[in-house]
Amino acid sequence: MAEPIISFQDYGFQYTAQAKPTLHHINLNIYPGEKVLIAGASGSGKSTIGSCINGLIPFAYPGESTGKLTVGGKDPLKSSIFELSHTVGTVLQDTDGQFIGLTVGEDIAFALENSCVAQNEMKRIVDEVAKLVDIDHHLQYAPHELSGGQKQRVSLAGVMVDEVKVLLFDEPLANLDPAAGRTTIELIDMVQERTGAAVIIIEHRLEDVLWRKVDRIVLMDEGKIVVDMPTKAFLSGNALLEHGIREPLYLTALRYAGIPITEELEPQHVDSLRLTGQQIKMVQDWYHRSGAKQEIQEEKTELLKVTDLCFGYTPEVKNLRNVSFTIHKGEMVSIVGRNGAGKSTLAKLICGFEKPTSGSIYLEGRDISDDTIKERAQRIGYVMQNPNQMISKPMIWDEVEMALLSGDMTAEERKERVEETLKICGLYPFRKWPVSALSFGQKKRVTIAGILVQRPQMIILDEPTAGQDYHHYTEIMEFLKTLNEQGFTIVMITHDMHLMLEYTPRAIVFSEGELLADTTAAHVLNDPDLVKKANLKETSLYTLSMKCGIENPQRFTEHFIEYEKEKEHQAK
Amino acid sequence: MAKVAILSYINRKSLVHELTGTTKLIFFILWSVASMVTYDTRILIGMLFISVLVFKASRIRVRDISVVLGLAAVFLVLNNFFVYLFAPEYGVEIYESRDVLLQIAGPYTITAQQLFYHFNMTIKVICVVPVALLFIACTDPSEFAASLAMIGVSYRVGYSVSLALRYIPDVQREYQNISQAQQARGIDLSSKDKLFTRLKNSVAILLPLIMSSLNRIETVSNAMELRGFGKEKKRTWYVQRRLKRNDWLVIGFVVIVLVVDLVVTFWDGSRFFNPFL
Amino acid sequence: MKKLSVKSVVAIGIGAALFFVLGKIAIPSPVPNTNISLQYSVAAVFATLFGPIAGLLIGFIGHTLIDATSYGPWWSWIIASAFFGLVVGFATMKMHVEEGVGKKEVIFFNVAQAIAHVLSWGLVAPVLDILIYKEPIEKLFAQGLMASVSNIITTGVVGTLLLLGYAKTVVKKGSLTKED
Repeated sequence: MAEPIISFQDYGFQYTAQAKPTLHHINLNIYPGEKVLIAGASGSGKSTIGSCINGLIPFAYPGESTGKLTVGGKDPLKSSIFELSHTVGTVLQDTDGQFIGLTVGEDIAFALENSCVAQNEMKRIVDEVAKLVDIDHHLQYAPHELSGGQKQRVSLAGVMVDEVKVLLFDEPLANLDPAAGRTTIELIDMVQERTGAAVIIIEHRLEDVLWRKVDRIVLMDEGKIVVDMPTKAFLSGNALLEHGIREPLYLTALRYAGIPITEELEPQHVDSLRLTGQQIKMVQDWYHRSGAKQEIQEEKTELLKVTDLCFGYTPEVKNLRNVSFTIHKGEMVSIVGRNGAGKSTLAKLICGFEKPTSGSIYLEGRDISDDTIKERAQRIGYVMQNPNQMISKPMIWDEVEMALLSGDMTAEERKERVEETLKICGLYPFRKWPVSALSFGQKKRVTIAGILVQRPQMIILDEPTAGQDYHHYTEIMEFLKTLNEQGFTIVMITHDMHLMLEYTPRAIVFSEGELLADTTAAHVLNDPDLVKKANLKETSLYTLSMKCGIENPQRFTEHFIEYEKEKEHQAK
Repeated sequence: MAKVAILSYINRKSLVHELTGTTKLIFFILWSVASMVTYDTRILIGMLFISVLVFKASRIRVRDISVVLGLAAVFLVLNNFFVYLFAPEYGVEIYESRDVLLQIAGPYTITAQQLFYHFNMTIKVICVVPVALLFIACTDPSEFAASLAMIGVSYRVGYSVSLALRYIPDVQREYQNISQAQQARGIDLSSKDKLFTRLKNSVAILLPLIMSSLNRIETVSNAMELRGFGKEKKRTWYVQRRLKRNDWLVIGFVVIVLVVDLVVTFWDGSRFFNPFL
Repeated sequence: MKKLSVKSVVAIGIGAALFFVLGKIAIPSPVPNTNISLQYSVAAVFATLFGPIAGLLIGFIGHTLIDATSYGPWWSWIIASAFFGLVVGFATMKMHVEEGVGKKEVIFFNVAQAIAHVLSWGLVAPVLDILIYKEPIEKLFAQGLMASVSNIITTGVVGTLLLLGYAKTVVKKGSLTKED
């Protein structure tokens, strides 16, 4: 085999600010033209590996390393971040932070400008690369005129101008809606085919990355590599769930049906699955074992009613058009749709941050149009998507306690409430830490805690699980579920189709400012037309059921969820 | 938050738009210097006349910038008011004569000299306003950094300006989002509270804003280093345009204006044109 | 002059963007025409963190953008803003905020910002106004005094709290372990 382009040999690393090393005894080779997925729960050290490869370690993040690392044949310690950037091109998770230029064209040209490439040559390369990633019609656009997926194309083009040998993607799917995420994976695949570069994707959303072929999967846990295998072999094992990563849904379904996952099954993609007639029968049998759908008709009391809501940030643009729906007490509802469909705007109107141009909002039958933000906040809590925008105290404890200070609780009551909330959110061990020491996902939990501490009747969460690994996702969602069982009403704005399926019986679908559908979650994902209009993505369960000749994919999906819940229930 | 009126680039086709950013930057700087130096009424009126012509040529309409013009007017009125309040006899002092037109009360009289001083002060500001507004409204922000580099400013500083322009909308949106979320947790900046409380409350918004800005600084500087910013002594610019004939004519013109301005102003040793003597 | 680091370049850009946004969002104040200027608190904190050159350029770029997009530049005050950032940056150069902010640092920061405000609004701005705009001395110094006082109070409260908040947020070496 050829020389590896990246080689870790018994490598370890400790950040200056941390008490313990983040990486231990890493042995990893990446070969030219390979496509490798580095998976792992948050805090597993997978992003740190990325920083070692592109030179941010040691040039931007100081620390101590042990063992040996070569990138493109060189030791990063003796090289410079500039030199490394000619070998490794990095696409960061934060597409806004990476978009430096004022327009698309300038941003793509950025690296060329820094290398003093002449303007004619520069324009030629930019046009060429822009065409490759299909952003060539937007060269004059400013970043705020682009969608998340488009910004990512720009980021990719910006590193490709250097003809790098390695493309490194740090959580490329974190900020994208499902359809955009899928397109990104296709784009990465296409770019690799054209350029022959090695591709490293750091991501915990395994099934989404596996939408296109991946040669090898490296699984990290607690700073160590626990599995490093070709995709097929990897999926045949049991490594995933033990380390906080979600297995692809179609594989889970096969396991439930009693089919062992082997390499012969071609488990790397739902389309590649080779099921024998007997195995198909097993899936069908498993499906038919499901009882009739349990229709539990509960007494429903109206909590929030929105009628004919219209709104526009500017008079010319209508961000929301004639939106009407009702949320009942004790419900758990998803609001889904592509970026910019009006989901967050709706939340802002409900919380009173913006005033509707027409229409009304009722809470328990009372028109709350004249209530102030503060008055509404006592009953409707709003958790923003980006935790950094909510945290205003340096210490975790103070941050969670903040909303209680304006109330009339005693210090003792406050302490009890804060402790309880921190425990629920898994933050109790960190209670004396500064917020800045936490990961993105942990910060998110702090902000949820900061709202939950007020125990509002209804909570609206904007992307509650964005950036969370499966373990933390489950933890937060289970936590929200217990809250829901206690009678709190929960509304979630989300891109996560699993979340919608698993936790919310009902989904409200938005597209371009209009309410497209208000139905069951399983129905949404099994209606190809709706999926397309709202930029969603059908689950692999849909594909699997088709493959097995099951006439009702929606019921199949529902059965899967019910079965999973039943299993969990038994486990308890 | 009330929508903030911000003047920004208005893309149209006009003679002014076609000039390179560098030309407009030089024009703007020299024009400002020229107006700062002089108090000579004749020059100021001349400059005012020219700036109105330039404005016409730009095809920017008055209503495009009406909000900004309103702000400028308020600023001028207040400034005039305060000058008069503190120094009602200042004109007399400068023009060394005193023609009382109207007696108000106490030390406050209206003299022809004071009025003339206010007139001069006002047009001194007014003759720069259209040029400044046009500089913003007719220059593609992308060209700023390259233009600054062209006139000899370090490209690093030039890029700081570019980054400021790039991230103003993001910072603005972030400020708004943070302040809304904090209002929901009982933090209010409205005028109901005492000054000290309001200042303290503003920290609850500013601290997250600053912390997230520091995060952003880290991400952006990582991204820039990863793409080789600062590795060479120079850099080229994707948007830079070559100076054409018109550019040179305009630059030549503004240099002449400045020279005439300096000569006329300092010929007789006074910055003021005094019609009263 | 040492060339600016990439981080300084970005800090100046984003600092100026903050300066601009805060300058545009004036909190209404009881005294007409004297808004509470939060932007100087942020400028002071950034000058402390990133040094005098950053302070200077944040003030200069930020203030120029505010003026140029609202009524044309008033150069004397722009230069005074830049001067403010420069002085705070210089005075706090020996201060290592990352290692914690105690009483000493708070006093030092406040002395620095107070001196910088007095020099900027009480000296630089009025002197330039006399030179450039030939405005009457009485008006300028009255204006300078008002601006100094209100800015010193604002920066004293807000800037200090921000600095304390920042210092507490920074992680110290090897200081973190989980507690059960």
